[in-house]
Amino acid sequence: MDQSKPDPVDRRGFLKGAAASAAAMVTKPQGAGAQDPAPHEHQVVPSDVTLRVKAIESLLVDKGLVDRAALDVIVETFETKIGPRNGARIVARAWVDPAYKTRLLSDATAAIAELGFDSHQGEEMVVLENAPKVHNLVVCTLCSCYPWPVLGLPPVWYKSAAYRSRAVIDPRGTLKEFGLELNDDVEVRVWDSTAEIRYLVLPERPSGTDHLSEEALAALVTRNSMIGTAKVSLTAAGDGA
Amino acid sequence: MNGVHDMGGMQDMGTIVHEQREPAFHAPWEGRVYAMSRVLRARGGKWNLDAFRHGIELLPPADYLRMSYYERWFAWILGKLVATGDVTQAEIDAGHPAPGSPAATPFVTRQTVAAMVAKRAPSRRDVPAVAHFKAGQRIRARNIHPPGHTRLPRYVRGKAGVIVRDRGVFLFPDTNAHDLGEKPQHMYSVRFSARDLWGNQASPRDFIHLDMWDDYLERI
Repeated sequence: MDQSKPDPVDRRGFLKGAAASAAAMVTKPQGAGAQDPAPHEHQVVPSDVTLRVKAIESLLVDKGLVDRAALDVIVETFETKIGPRNGARIVARAWVDPAYKTRLLSDATAAIAELGFDSHQGEEMVVLENAPKVHNLVVCTLCSCYPWPVLGLPPVWYKSAAYRSRAVIDPRGTLKEFGLELNDDVEVRVWDSTAEIRYLVLPERPSGTDHLSEEALAALVTRNSMIGTAKVSLTAAGDGA
Repeated sequence: MNGVHDMGGMQDMGTIVHEQREPAFHAPWEGRVYAMSRVLRARGGKWNLDAFRHGIELLPPADYLRMSYYERWFAWILGKLVATGDVTQAEIDAGHPAPGSPAATPFVTRQTVAAMVAKRAPSRRDVPAVAHFKAGQRIRARNIHPPGHTRLPRYVRGKAGVIVRDRGVFLFPDTNAHDLGEKPQHMYSVRFSARDLWGNQASPRDFIHLDMWDDYLERI
């Protein structure tokens, strides 16, 4: 073994120790519930974690490691600019423009870049087309890989132990929890995002939408339909759910 | 690492709770943690994405399960800052820099942040590498248990599948996470029958697709 390289096991031990002590710094048993999706907007007294994060941000600013204004821009970008409405525009374009759809299915990264959505975590995009007898479902069992440029940051359920564990062993049961029951003759394809390929589901265009504009179609497309946990319907307006 | 993060196929992890009109961040601190992780990771090197993922995997299992998502990220930031020496534990405890400690210049600033957000960070590598498998070939996922970072989930190890597509050459997370080089190699889309993974309780019409590197596969 090359003696100039540090032993990875020793380093791992060190990092593990650092991770353990960091965990102790972050959590108190009363911390925000791990799988609790409830908004915290009614909280009046700043929580423990709020104060700890503020303290670390101040420390990093004082150390010259972080520019507070840069953080503001990142938060604002993901709150207002990068989200599932981007993906909905891609889906609607594919529904109305067959040539675009062909490009999207053959080289999704380039076709998505045509609409300007080509930032980090969208470097290698693949679009999966749903059809009457094929249903695609995307998961990341190991962490939370998700196509940020087109869907924004993942919802809590996508990152939850419940979804990550079950999607691969019981995809049909998982879909039932979302109110989507598939017939037995439909093939289910689950895509576990184990590498840097990011997946976007192209849902089926609902019938009775021939008269709708591209913009009106985009408004029907939900976040869940582009992950594969829902179909697009005329009744559920696209609200990012 | 056979850690608690490797969740595929575990059972009784609770119901899937989904929220209507879910915001990007549920509290301001989550956004700050996300943003801090982005600017710190932008430095690359030991702050690379694979090292980040492994740092989260190294959280003690009980903490990993108890923590919310961004609490895990926050824990990673703190651990990494101390491990790299950017910040000392004493400074974290005190909440301010040690007297006389050198001031750095932020890697990402108000002026450069837009470029950072827009920037791609490809893991595809334009280097020659021998493809050991080809589309249509039946393969087996190796029965290996790397003690460090790996993107080979337990639930496919030892199972047979079919190469659907060669996706090209990508850096290898198992070495990149540990600062042991990129080891670029072919990566494939591999299709497994749910019945091969889970037995007859699975539907014969269910298939699981994973992206898998050469080093994860063997011939049948």
